[in-house]
Amino acid sequence: MGFSIGTTGVGRSGPRGTLEGYADKVEGRSFNLRVLWYLLVFVRPYGWRMLAAFVAMLCASALTLITPYLVKVAIDGPIAEGDIAALDDITLLMLLAATGLYLASTTQRFLLSWVGQRVLADLRSALFRHLQQLPLAYHDSHIVGVTISRVISDVGVINQLLSQGLITLTGDSLLLAGIVIVMLSLNAQLALVTFSIIPLIVLATAIFARRAKLAFRKTRARNAHLVGDLAENLGGIRVIQAFANEDSTSSKFNEVNQANRDAHIEAMSLSFVFLPTVEFLGIAATGIVLLFGGISVAQGALTLGTVIAFLGYVNRFFLPVQELSQLYATMQTAMAGGERVINLLNTEPAIKDSADAMVMPPIKGRIQFQNVSFGYRQNLPVLREISLDFPAGTMVALVGPTGAGKTSIANLIARFYDASEGALLIDGIDIRQVQQRSMRSQMGLVSQDPIIFSGTIAENIRFGKPDATDAELAAAGKTANVDAFVNELPDGYETEILEDGANLSLGQRQLISIARAVLSDPRILIMDEATSSVDMVTETLIQDALQKLLAKRSSIVIAHRLSTIVNADVICVVDEGRVREMGSHAELHAQGGLYADLYERQFVELAD
Amino acid sequence: MAQRAKKAQPSPYRAPKVGEPEQSSIWRSLQFLKKYRNIAASAYVLAIAVNIFSILIPQTIRWIVDAGIIQGDMTILTWSLLGLLGLTVVKGIIDFFLGRWTEVVSQGVAYDIRNAIYDKLSSLSFSYHDQAQTGQLLARSISDVERIRFLTGRAILRLFQHTGLMVFTFVALLLMNAQLAILSMLLIPLLFYIAYRFGRIYRPLSLDLQHQLAEMTTVLEQNLRGAKIVKAFAQEDAEINRFDRQNSKWFALARKQVIVSAQHIPLLDFVASLSAVIIIWLGGRLVIENTLTLGELVAFTTYLGQLISPVRRLGVIIPAVAMASAAGERIFTILDAQSEVTDAPDAIALPPIAGRVRFENVTFSYFNQRQVLDKLNLEAEVGEVIALLGATGSGKSTIINLIPRFYDVSGGRVRVDGYDVREVTVKSLRDQIGIVLQETVLFAASIRENIAFGLDDISDAEVIEAAKAAQAHDFILEMPEGYDTEVGERGVTLSGGQKQRIAIARALLKDPRILLLDDATSSVDTETERLIQIALERLMEGRTSFIIAQRLSTVRMADKVLVLKDGRVAAAGTHDELMRKSGLYAEIYYRNLRE
Repeated sequence: MGFSIGTTGVGRSGPRGTLEGYADKVEGRSFNLRVLWYLLVFVRPYGWRMLAAFVAMLCASALTLITPYLVKVAIDGPIAEGDIAALDDITLLMLLAATGLYLASTTQRFLLSWVGQRVLADLRSALFRHLQQLPLAYHDSHIVGVTISRVISDVGVINQLLSQGLITLTGDSLLLAGIVIVMLSLNAQLALVTFSIIPLIVLATAIFARRAKLAFRKTRARNAHLVGDLAENLGGIRVIQAFANEDSTSSKFNEVNQANRDAHIEAMSLSFVFLPTVEFLGIAATGIVLLFGGISVAQGALTLGTVIAFLGYVNRFFLPVQELSQLYATMQTAMAGGERVINLLNTEPAIKDSADAMVMPPIKGRIQFQNVSFGYRQNLPVLREISLDFPAGTMVALVGPTGAGKTSIANLIARFYDASEGALLIDGIDIRQVQQRSMRSQMGLVSQDPIIFSGTIAENIRFGKPDATDAELAAAGKTANVDAFVNELPDGYETEILEDGANLSLGQRQLISIARAVLSDPRILIMDEATSSVDMVTETLIQDALQKLLAKRSSIVIAHRLSTIVNADVICVVDEGRVREMGSHAELHAQGGLYADLYERQFVELAD
Repeated sequence: MAQRAKKAQPSPYRAPKVGEPEQSSIWRSLQFLKKYRNIAASAYVLAIAVNIFSILIPQTIRWIVDAGIIQGDMTILTWSLLGLLGLTVVKGIIDFFLGRWTEVVSQGVAYDIRNAIYDKLSSLSFSYHDQAQTGQLLARSISDVERIRFLTGRAILRLFQHTGLMVFTFVALLLMNAQLAILSMLLIPLLFYIAYRFGRIYRPLSLDLQHQLAEMTTVLEQNLRGAKIVKAFAQEDAEINRFDRQNSKWFALARKQVIVSAQHIPLLDFVASLSAVIIIWLGGRLVIENTLTLGELVAFTTYLGQLISPVRRLGVIIPAVAMASAAGERIFTILDAQSEVTDAPDAIALPPIAGRVRFENVTFSYFNQRQVLDKLNLEAEVGEVIALLGATGSGKSTIINLIPRFYDVSGGRVRVDGYDVREVTVKSLRDQIGIVLQETVLFAASIRENIAFGLDDISDAEVIEAAKAAQAHDFILEMPEGYDTEVGERGVTLSGGQKQRIAIARALLKDPRILLLDDATSSVDTETERLIQIALERLMEGRTSFIIAQRLSTVRMADKVLVLKDGRVAAAGTHDELMRKSGLYAEIYYRNLRE
């Protein structure tokens, strides 16, 4: 069991990626019609629920408005007149209104939140499906952590937009409009005087919103630093410990942590100025009602009940105003999140099955490259005009220095990328004319970094063929020499693998991924540095086993160890994107070129 | 030892326990307030002051109605209105300081907890990190801390303030009219009961929901990391099913949560409005009977109105407290984790060493699953190169991990210059050991900073010298910004061979007495391999070195070769000796020579 210091490699680099997810520079506008429009597509299946929620919301707003009015009626009518029976009637009405309000808001809350969560789940599912279609080029250029934060956190924020944003926005707007109408109809003059406070609220909100935007942006940036620093240090914790560098990284973290704290205190302090200001304006409005209302009552132009009803409405007026002003920040982050999610959903897969793509017939294994050129980025060619033709059943070894293009050749065969020029044929069929999955399901791949999923060893080996029998599993395990170490584990093949395969050595992980490829019974097997971390004894055993297995199948093997290469039918020496030499070991050795040079050097090293 | 780690952290999400423990996690979270007790106490005093103002304001309104409006006295009306505005201004100022101080305290607590978590994590040994999931650790340090922050800040303060407001209101109402007060406040205990019940149901649900989200994240993360394999084996549909299954589970839980909130939160409002109904019903009668003034009736409704929004907030605060208690539990599982590797109380600083290493009857097993080393003995003299050879899982990496005490032995002892590694401080030990392994971690920083990692006061000249010796200088200069080129996640991606040479430069600069190496350079081309070989040889000069040997050239260079099998040294000696006496060694050797 190898627990090497730096097993952070590919496996652990993920969380560091979240850094960018958090630090995303996109600061959304608070209203983005495109985002809302797109969201509607996801809400539409639940249209009638939304409609019902809306009706419930209308009822709730109306019922909220009724109570102060009923109070007015009670004061001006029964209480002023001493009519106890009428008072009981009005109380009963109030009770009914309260009950109705309860029912309406429960319904509204349930429906809206339900739709919110449902849309969330649907969006996640849609994103996941979409991610499965995106080609490898997408995954190369996007950090895993960032994509995770799209699917998990950004989508979560959209739910906020839907359940909080929409409820607050429509509910509060409705309520405000209702209050304004009721106040105007109760007494237009008093209402207008009271509304003179509104411009002040708008002004205060505008001043606050601008500063708050900057301050909260700063908190987000500081938070991103914090998360980034933490993620990186957690990822590299072994190195930090190995170099006994805990103190200095800790004090660096402390600084970032402190900056985050201070930014938050400053931003929140702004709110603590804003909220009392709004409250003051609210009381000022109350004061206006009392003053002008009082004068009118004294003049007999207004009943006391109306003044009291006004007080009730003014009270209810300020809560939604406060909520709406705070909504701004929520909406801003939600819209930004929404925009990112939608951009991801709208990413067109660069490799798609064409509409008339056919199912790949059973592969025999002939592989042809016709003038293939390829580059991961434009103007940076990795492969240049490669032409190859391997008959079915050939074992091809690719050798050459790092960056020569060996892995690219393998990637093109599996159509992880499309050639920028030329064509690639399998059994004479251009691979762009067949459905990707029908072709890949007949191939096996053992990649450079052994990818291990959580679950048991057996589940990992069965990955490409979930219905394989135990006997098939054991056979594949034997071929890949997995059984040698698995049999020593107490749970054998049922041993649970820890995150990133931490309880397995790199070599063991490679063996498992070989077993996985063997079990899927591929017609074409691609092995990219498949045994680089397997010790020499084990490697030899695997070579022998694979030799038998691959006898009638095509395989592409990339390796640096000559022991792996010498038995190949064809050895291709790749350098700077071109095939320099090609032939059997004996031929190339006799030829005295690059390969012979390479061989001599390793041979000398081994033998002397 | 590994067993202990397992017990300390059975699962990141433990089944929520009922009753006592959740209180204790909240109680423990509150201990973080101690440091800020003065400012926190001031905030609480301000909270009481705010409550007093909240009580005074409706009284002023009552006075305005009774003495001003009904009596038609405009002077009283005007002056009392000015008084009302004055009260509000003072209340606003107090509100500001109340908010700010609360924020200072709670952000301070969050800051302290993050530092504590960070320091804890960096002190926990490898066996903890082998089992912990980085993503979950991260979530705990970010979102769980946020929840505790909310708890220690606004949540508790508001609970205090709102409870106080209720008591004050009750007293004010009692003074105005005892009968009406008792009747209208009768429903307050019911409110508390509903809020409590809500919290009790909500808490385990939110815990389950978080757990399920973590499960989903894991599925997603593995899918993304394994994108190539998923595609290669055409398993997209199976993956989609896997994700959808988790997603459906998540939705089922979310739906439950939606129902619970939809049932309880409007209920709180409902009960509050029942109070208003009672006031009109009974209050109206009392006004008719002239035992209550109209102004008092207005004051009653205003008071009750003032209680509505605190009660509503209780609906927010209570689930938050519930979540904070779950968050607290998770945070404390980190803070309580015992590092197996800690300095003994009487640990001394390891004096500058010569570099002698001895394993005496060392036994070791990872996670108690399988014994990796079995009473292993070995000895390395100063400056010796020891090559470790053996099949996968034979214990090579373990030997390398035990010398810098990344793990503690299960039995026997590891000595460096005669000192048991457990008797000296970890820092002083690791400071004198250099490590270069196959998978090198670079931090998001410049190449220069990565080479000088863990060292203070390093001049540029020294960095360049080390890079030159490590055969890294040339490729570094080819980078866009030379030594200042940012590498890592957001910077330039280096190849395996380049990373390895950076790691060698790092180790050279550190100038350790003991070196631990993995010579697996299999994924680099021959030329790079040659360069690395040169760099490694330079690095090993005069230092005690342990190499996990992958190539026979390394083996031939070694002063001593240890062939490991089943956690024991199966054969030891120089290449020549082993060729003569060890069948196992000869087998390994010939298998590779033959080709």
